[in-house]
Amino acid sequence: MLEVQGIDAGYGPVQVLRGLSLDVRPGEITCLLGRNGAGKTTTMKAIMGLLPLGAGRITLAGEDIGRLPAHEVPRRGIGYIPQGRRLFAELTVAQNLEIGLMTRNSPRHVLTRVLDLFPRLADRMGQRAETLSGGEQQMLATARALCLEPRVLLLDEPTEGLQPSMIEAIRQVVIRLKSEGVAILLVEQRLDAVLSAADRVVFIENGQVRETADAADLRARPELLKRYLGV
Amino acid sequence: MEFGPHLMLAALEGAVTAAVLALMAAGLSLVFGVMRVVNVAHGEFYMLGAVLAFVVAGMAGGGAPGFVAALVAVPLIVAALAVAADRAVLRRLSYDPERTIVATIGILYILQQLALMGYGPDARPVAPPFNHRIALPWIDWGAGGPVLTWPWGLSITSYKLFVIGAAATVLAGLWLLMTRTRIGLVMRATQLDRETAQTFGIPVGRVYALVFGLGAGLAALAGVLIVPIQQAHYLMGGDALLLSFIVVIIGGLGSLPGTLIAAVLIGLSDGIISVFFSPTLAKIIATLLVALVLVFRPQGLMGKPAR
Ligand SMILES: Nc1ncnc2c1ncn2[C@@H]1O[C@H](COP(=O)(O)OP(=O)(O)O)[C@@H](O)[C@H]1O
Ligand SMILES: [Mg+2]
Repeated sequence: MLEVQGIDAGYGPVQVLRGLSLDVRPGEITCLLGRNGAGKTTTMKAIMGLLPLGAGRITLAGEDIGRLPAHEVPRRGIGYIPQGRRLFAELTVAQNLEIGLMTRNSPRHVLTRVLDLFPRLADRMGQRAETLSGGEQQMLATARALCLEPRVLLLDEPTEGLQPSMIEAIRQVVIRLKSEGVAILLVEQRLDAVLSAADRVVFIENGQVRETADAADLRARPELLKRYLGV
Repeated sequence: MEFGPHLMLAALEGAVTAAVLALMAAGLSLVFGVMRVVNVAHGEFYMLGAVLAFVVAGMAGGGAPGFVAALVAVPLIVAALAVAADRAVLRRLSYDPERTIVATIGILYILQQLALMGYGPDARPVAPPFNHRIALPWIDWGAGGPVLTWPWGLSITSYKLFVIGAAATVLAGLWLLMTRTRIGLVMRATQLDRETAQTFGIPVGRVYALVFGLGAGLAALAGVLIVPIQQAHYLMGGDALLLSFIVVIIGGLGSLPGTLIAAVLIGLSDGIISVFFSPTLAKIIATLLVALVLVFRPQGLMGKPAR
């Protein structure tokens, strides 16, 4: 579905990603693991077209999207849940969702469906996003991305700083999307939470892929994790 | 004239200043709020509004039709010019806050010199489309209770009332645009988080061009409205820019309601102090107010503290 092939990317003169490749398949959760500063967020930004590519290609269902203007990338069906949520803080819940719906002119029933997944948001439609609790904010960030009916979903540390009950709620939604055939790229620090749900794991270090492994293998041989992450 | 009627007259003059200032400052504030660009050339868009009003009104045969033609066409022409400046200059600087200040200083001088070359150094008026004198009543407290009197000299022209009404209408429209429409939502989302806006399909470059054009169009509209009262002159942008900055700083950068409150405050005090004391004192007090705001409430009356 989404293929990243040998990309170089970074911030101005600072190169972060070096020949990074990965692919994300429909109905699968691909997990991106790596230490702080390894380039996980940068990978997501590069996919979203926010950083110019120095080399390589990014294709979505065969279409080259690597050189599109940034605002065209989500219109191809990529939903992004950025690290730190990045809600439009002064806008209401409804307005944040409206922006998600506007991305691809989603029909109104999409909103109904998204609010079914996150009933707590339905009660807070008129509230400003900045007044929500951390868990609710993460729900809103997720709901906003789902409003564009994504074929591919990018989640950057969605459970960072959340209570276990919220983590579980987010996890259930991700698993449900997977079962609906969405291709999911998930960045997480908490390996335990990820490993049970992931299909494949990509380890990155210094902006390069160190190893790609089957999640089933990792579950069987946890010593591999130690090697790649030092945990 | 007695003190009361005199004060009312000064306040009415101040209200005209406040109306024009509010339009201009709203444009400056919008551009800063959404784009984080301090547009030093904003006063020149106001000047161009006035100068082009003279040109367009003349081409359209003068009189009321000439003025109406200018009122409609000039803000659009200036907005288009601003969009071109955005594409040609600001975008190439990636909207860097410091470099755009230098760039807009350059745009300021280019526009000013072009106006001098094309229009000349003279100040020229445009006839107002209508200009009835409307006498205003005053209530005197005589021995037998309140009496309505018509003090000599207490009057306003219908055109000045029109300026106040037109500015209020346009600002109300701007408020509705920002809070009730899709394009307003898109502009606010861009203002709040430009990068995330892009990841939701918002073409930030086009939004910036639109905002810069809209801001310049508001300044130009203020310029068109003012020419029948003050004449058009190629150097008129300087004072207007200073006052707009004062208003925007006092009101809170990027806050539309704050800008309106500050415009009324500065416009009225400018009118009243100019009439009773001197215009210089009015400017001194306005500048002092800015200094006080910067010291005690740096985010302005209605602005939010930086997070
Ligand atoms: N805006 C930026 N400008 C310059 N360097 C950055 C920027 N953002 C991140 N970096 C650098 O890029 C590297 C990778 O960062 P990031 O992708 O955020 O890592 P993580 O894997 O923790 O998400 C780090 O060395 C970081 O310092
Ligand atoms: Mg990160």
